[in-house]
Amino acid sequence: MTAALRFDPIRLPEKCEQLRKEVRAFLAEEIAAGTFDPHKPNREDTDAPEFSRRVGAKGWLGMTWPKKYGGQERSFLERYVVTEEMRVANAPTRRFFVADRQSGPVLLKYAPEHIKMEILPRICRGEICFAIGMSEPNSGSDLFAAKTRATKTDGGYLINGTKIWTSSAHIADYMIAIFRTSPPTKENRRHGLTQFLVKMKQPGIKVNPIGQITGQYEFNEVVFTDHFIPDDHVLGEVDGAWKQATSELAYERSGPERFLETYYVLTELVRAVGPNPDTRSAEGIGRLVAQLHTMRRMSVSVAGMLEAGKEPVVEASIVKDIGTVWEQQLPNRVRDLAAFVEETASNRETLERQLDFAIKTAPKLTIQGGTTEVLRGIIARGLGLR
Amino acid sequence: MAESDIIVVETAEKIFADLADPQTINNDKNNSWQAPLWQALSEAGLPLSWVPDDLGGSGASLADGFALLNAAGRFAVAVPLAETMLAGWLLAQAKIASPEGEMTIVPASPKDRITLDADGALSGRARGVPFAKTAKHFAVLAHGKDGASIALIDAAKARIEAGLNVGYDHSDTVTLDKVQPVAIKPAPNGFEQTHLMLMGGVARSLQIAGALESMLDISVRYSNERVAFEKKISKFQAVQHNLARLAGESAAALAAATSAADAIANARSFNDEIYLEAASAKIRCAEAAEKGGGIAHQVHGAIGFTMEHILHRYSLRALAWRDDFGSESYWAVELGKLVANRGADELWPLVASR
Repeated sequence: MTAALRFDPIRLPEKCEQLRKEVRAFLAEEIAAGTFDPHKPNREDTDAPEFSRRVGAKGWLGMTWPKKYGGQERSFLERYVVTEEMRVANAPTRRFFVADRQSGPVLLKYAPEHIKMEILPRICRGEICFAIGMSEPNSGSDLFAAKTRATKTDGGYLINGTKIWTSSAHIADYMIAIFRTSPPTKENRRHGLTQFLVKMKQPGIKVNPIGQITGQYEFNEVVFTDHFIPDDHVLGEVDGAWKQATSELAYERSGPERFLETYYVLTELVRAVGPNPDTRSAEGIGRLVAQLHTMRRMSVSVAGMLEAGKEPVVEASIVKDIGTVWEQQLPNRVRDLAAFVEETASNRETLERQLDFAIKTAPKLTIQGGTTEVLRGIIARGLGLR
Repeated sequence: MAESDIIVVETAEKIFADLADPQTINNDKNNSWQAPLWQALSEAGLPLSWVPDDLGGSGASLADGFALLNAAGRFAVAVPLAETMLAGWLLAQAKIASPEGEMTIVPASPKDRITLDADGALSGRARGVPFAKTAKHFAVLAHGKDGASIALIDAAKARIEAGLNVGYDHSDTVTLDKVQPVAIKPAPNGFEQTHLMLMGGVARSLQIAGALESMLDISVRYSNERVAFEKKISKFQAVQHNLARLAGESAAALAAATSAADAIANARSFNDEIYLEAASAKIRCAEAAEKGGGIAHQVHGAIGFTMEHILHRYSLRALAWRDDFGSESYWAVELGKLVANRGADELWPLVASR
């Protein structure tokens, strides 16, 4: 038998529903106060530092982390609820999202104690923004081909080279990056890379914005020229980043952000067709809702299995594969149905504006954070094919 | 899975492995495996899993029965196990005892309706009734002037036009012309044909999910054996990616079906959340049957297109099961109407309800 895939039917515990009400109430207040417009996913200014602090003050950042680092020691399912409500509301999460999901957990696992005490509570308060330095001009999916050098010097390392496609680098306070400390060996081409904590906005770091096809400038080129990083900013084993990169992937890959990125167009379509849809609209909406519901139940199931201490690596990759393909197709399926919406629908312009943005967003969804091709390779390995 | 699930499933899997091995029964041209299989399932009390002890059944939980149906799908079992379970469940809703032997459900499509006359006789036509040709009794949901009733009728009293679905299993047209039932009682308050159809749809979803699990399994195995261009075809990236997509479809079907089963097994009433779960399961599993089954055939090449190979036992049944108790396009229209009627801002609260 092939290793059986498992998707236990998780029911969210009662405390999650209470929390969901609190998050919805908080977001409703923020919307009322004009912090953001839930109908405008294409905000010009997506950085909302004050909002980030207020989310932190609620205790919703680093909420699964130990209390001594500012966390709440709450469950992954509770974090899941906060994440999905923020995403569905189109809340401006850019400033804290990466730190909360990814960078914090890496620091928790690999940073020295004094660094954890210094930085983690600031993430929890929503004060600082993180970026991830993985891709380079000549290495994207092939992570272990990275060439940006970290050369040993007195008390630390000197960094030279370029990271690229780095989301939020222009606002980030820190980056967690991999740099080359040794050449790869014949036996192991993944050897020789080390994970570092980089303090941004320092000498030797230049951030150049890159325009995206959506018209936004949210990713960047980051050029390092003799930038100094002290020894205590090494995260984990020198030359051993390849051992550290895989374990957190299940968390990254299976969250609600992996199928909800274009969700808003579905809501707007339902609004546009009104309470008595024709057969074509009803069928189209019904299928999309069934697919969405299934994706979410898969994603919640992975969160529940993670909470129970299991390691559903293949299941998480499957969630990201079919979730991102779905959210990529969604704007075009909604467009198909929108062609039949009455000219008089009151939200017609909103729907058209949203579709315009979502259709331009779609191509990146199966690329960022691990391409479809890489994910299918991981799934194939899990199936025993390679 | 609860411990009782595991016992029911293990019992069933042992019987299936001994008496319904796909390769063995595929080689058997005169279906001599069917009678011993049904006898073993009956002796283990499995067809009447959902019938309480005092009504002649084995009184297993809904969850146990759903797990059993998933296992039956993994073996593409071609006896009316699901149908008899659903019939027993329907009869039990009205506290009607289940007889021994094979049963099925009338109607088996949301578009067909059986009527109850003032003199207590049942009339109407039901298409696509699975295994009607071989069933001894039918559990019938009928509508009269006082609302819905549940009845047990003798199959010999119905006119049956035999047919086969795309999986070569019986799917027949049943005509009732003033048939007097063996037993009849009012359905519980609020019980509607929609509930029966969604229950049947979840049963079929679990069977489809099970069949896809097996299709994934045999496709992976085959790709690791078959050599082409001097290497195993599992080493070709194009094949790997196809199998990864099949795993995704199998996973989606399993997640949708088991989620709906869990929702129904723990429901206190039939509400919009249950509707979403059950309709979504049928829609998504039917889509997976098409996409996933297509990949399984692509990986197998010509050998998978032969009657000699077991793949069709799974792939064609999964496609056939899409049609029973409302197709995916039917449920998509109904779910779409429900969502539109609730309004745009009530969509997310519905999706995030559990």
